[in-house]
Amino acid sequence: MNFDKELDARGLNCPLPILRAKKALADVGSGQVLKILSTDPGSVKDFAAFAKQTGNELLSTAEAGGEFTFFMKKK
Amino acid sequence: MDTKKMAIIATKGTLDWAYPPFILASTAAALGYETQIFFTFYGLQLVRKDTSGLKVSPLGNPGMPMKMPFGPKWFKDINWNMPNAIQSLVPGYETVATTLMKQTIKNTGVATIPELRELCQEAEVKFIACQMTVELFGFEHSDFIDGLEYGGAATFFEFAGETDICLFI
Repeated sequence: MNFDKELDARGLNCPLPILRAKKALADVGSGQVLKILSTDPGSVKDFAAFAKQTGNELLSTAEAGGEFTFFMKKK
Repeated sequence: MDTKKMAIIATKGTLDWAYPPFILASTAAALGYETQIFFTFYGLQLVRKDTSGLKVSPLGNPGMPMKMPFGPKWFKDINWNMPNAIQSLVPGYETVATTLMKQTIKNTGVATIPELRELCQEAEVKFIACQMTVELFGFEHSDFIDGLEYGGAATFFEFAGETDICLFI
């Protein structure tokens, strides 16, 4: 999937992936896509909840070998 | 849609209990909440310039696992809980427990308290220190970080009365 910015939040624990994502989203324009890498298993539910509450769209969530990849489209 | 609001009263002054107010406030701010924390009694320790006084005490806290943050897995898995009578007699027990906790925090990628506090301030979480307890405990305003406001119960209610979420921690 195409993306405009990548955030490496691997090794970080709650709530840092969300806080870093919020900051990274501020650097992209409306409709642009942020790719997020995380190793925090809690971030799966957290990014879904973040998207729901902020209006940004979680395009996809994937897991491979204990790593999570999210694509989020800015509102 | 109106901006949602959250108010927290932070009353605990230990390293472990420093986390919930700052985690919730920074996350609320990231979700678009207007957020305020009112620091009172021991919670004032969380807004001092020097946070090295924040410690954990396993004494009288049976819920706290005491595990080593280093060594092979079998060693890390051992729970070293000691009877209260021993904990209370060993000098420096809290300091040791705090050092181990800080190492565990680092190993697990959990943010430090100064880091979370700064993230809150960057996200414009408003910090209010209880002026009455500042005086009660003999603190000076110069003991605290910049950006604090000082007020009392009425100041808290002015904002808390309009919130969607209001927590006492």
